[in-house]
Amino acid sequence: MLDASPTQNTLLEVNNIEVLYNHVILALKGVSLGVPKGGITALLGGNGAGKSTTLKAISNLIHSERGEVTKGTVIYDGQNVVGLDPADLVKMGVVQVMEGRHCFEHLTVEENLLTGAYTRRDGRAAIADDLELVYQYFPRLKERRKSQAGYTSGGEQQMTAIGRALMSKPSMILLDEPSMGLAPQLVEQIFEIVARLNSEQGVTFLLAEQNTNVALRYAHTGFILENGRIVMEGSAKDLRENPDVKEFYLGMSDKGRKSFREVRSYRRRKRWLA
Amino acid sequence: MPDTLLFAMEATLNGLTAGVMYALVALGFVLIFKASGIFNFAQGVMALFAALTLVGFQSGQIPFSHLINAMFGTRLHHFGWNMPTLLAIPATVVVMILLAILVERFILKHLVNQEPIILFMATIGLAYFLEGVGDIMWGAEVKALDVGLPKGMSMAVDEMTFNWFGYGFYIDRLELWAAGIAAILVASLTIFSQYTKQGRALRAVADDHQAALSVGVSLRFIWVLTWSIAGIVALVAGIMWGSKSGVQFSLSLIALKALPVLILGGFTSIPGAIVGGLIIGVGEKLFDFFMQPIIGGATENWFAYMLALVFLLFRPQGLFGERIIERV
Repeated sequence: MLDASPTQNTLLEVNNIEVLYNHVILALKGVSLGVPKGGITALLGGNGAGKSTTLKAISNLIHSERGEVTKGTVIYDGQNVVGLDPADLVKMGVVQVMEGRHCFEHLTVEENLLTGAYTRRDGRAAIADDLELVYQYFPRLKERRKSQAGYTSGGEQQMTAIGRALMSKPSMILLDEPSMGLAPQLVEQIFEIVARLNSEQGVTFLLAEQNTNVALRYAHTGFILENGRIVMEGSAKDLRENPDVKEFYLGMSDKGRKSFREVRSYRRRKRWLA
Repeated sequence: MPDTLLFAMEATLNGLTAGVMYALVALGFVLIFKASGIFNFAQGVMALFAALTLVGFQSGQIPFSHLINAMFGTRLHHFGWNMPTLLAIPATVVVMILLAILVERFILKHLVNQEPIILFMATIGLAYFLEGVGDIMWGAEVKALDVGLPKGMSMAVDEMTFNWFGYGFYIDRLELWAAGIAAILVASLTIFSQYTKQGRALRAVADDHQAALSVGVSLRFIWVLTWSIAGIVALVAGIMWGSKSGVQFSLSLIALKALPVLILGGFTSIPGAIVGGLIIGVGEKLFDFFMQPIIGGATENWFAYMLALVFLLFRPQGLFGERIIERV
């Protein structure tokens, strides 16, 4: 919503990282990005562009998929976090909400949320307070707290996943495609809550999205990834108004259908940018 | 009351208690399968190893004494101090936890993200390894295990049933104790997994280990935890079976009887393991009782597997196997 310029502090800095899956597949070819503290940063791009890989490289969940960061650094709060355990990162305040929600199906909604507090050592009372806070943001979850998560709707599962991440008291949430498989109205609702969490609780968000339209409306800054490279970056406002983004990501063009030659020229420009 | 009915009732009771013994073994399988999707082929050998260790401690044997003697020409055998049972059991628990840590450190850690079949094969290797280590550590001879549990016919049951029916049932006291201990074990496991933080994490890992990782659950710790619990369950099974039939290599084969129990009860359900064990136990005894006159004896050897086969055809997830939740 706000297009205020990002705060000066950078909470997370990704420097030129390369990610290799299975020792052969090069998924990221030198991605660099900075996430300002207290902002919402969108990571945009099509299928297979490397959005999820970037997030998993930051949270180090990539190890469990046989991937590794072979080059570059990830600096969080002044510390290189490449190669740390995901659990360490959660303790430091970085938690990822994975694509496709990944709720614990046979656990109840409330148990799901409580599992999010696994790394915390500040006592039951504090955890109970935060559970109430999550229920305040997601009243729907309170109604369904005793149902098995596997039997809740897609939107409720997405809320559970975000709520679960919140339970670890994070300073930063890596949110991977929250809009996936949800009705437009629900997507709007989820993003609304993300924006509120950002402004009221001060949680920094780095969110990967395919839904460029929604993401750029709620984010403050954005990066566009293609083929494992950042091809464009800027404030959300600039990106929204950029003619290339408009045409290729938002599907808007005032000149009607473009010819193939012009598309090629766009590609050339992109290569240059990369 | 007609004699046949009385005999059938006695057979049923005997079947129930025998079933508890099967269930004890099956329980260890379920725990590991639930938490990590691994079918632990070594569970039976773990029971053997636990029983061997317990007997070793009790009789004050020096571990690896044969090996040491062969290498250095010494004549070491005993410490000359027999550990009391109450101390030997916790000591064995410690050994089983150490074993769990070693398994995680040297096997599981290196096989993260491998296919279940590869992990299964690793547990086959572990089974043979443990069997060998058990032999070298404590010797291969048959040993008697006595932890002070009562044995022989239960007079109370005999008297009670005699007063009721005019015919006393024969029930082994050891098996009655086994039933009680199994009940306590299951109750504590249930409380642990439902109401504690680590138990919840364990179930979370069972559901979706990636998501568990993402909220900061340490898979390595959870693995050590599950293998430790499975080790303790193996110890209980080892004590029961060892007291019943002596501690010897064939103890590890009780794992085979656990297979039909698992197929019946479902690989992921603790109550399933218990009920499956009971059904197999009762089924075996009753089938033998009624069919023996017709097709001859020794049906106990194959009845369980037959029943498992039928179940595989009609209800492959078992009676209590976790239903795969699918939203449409």
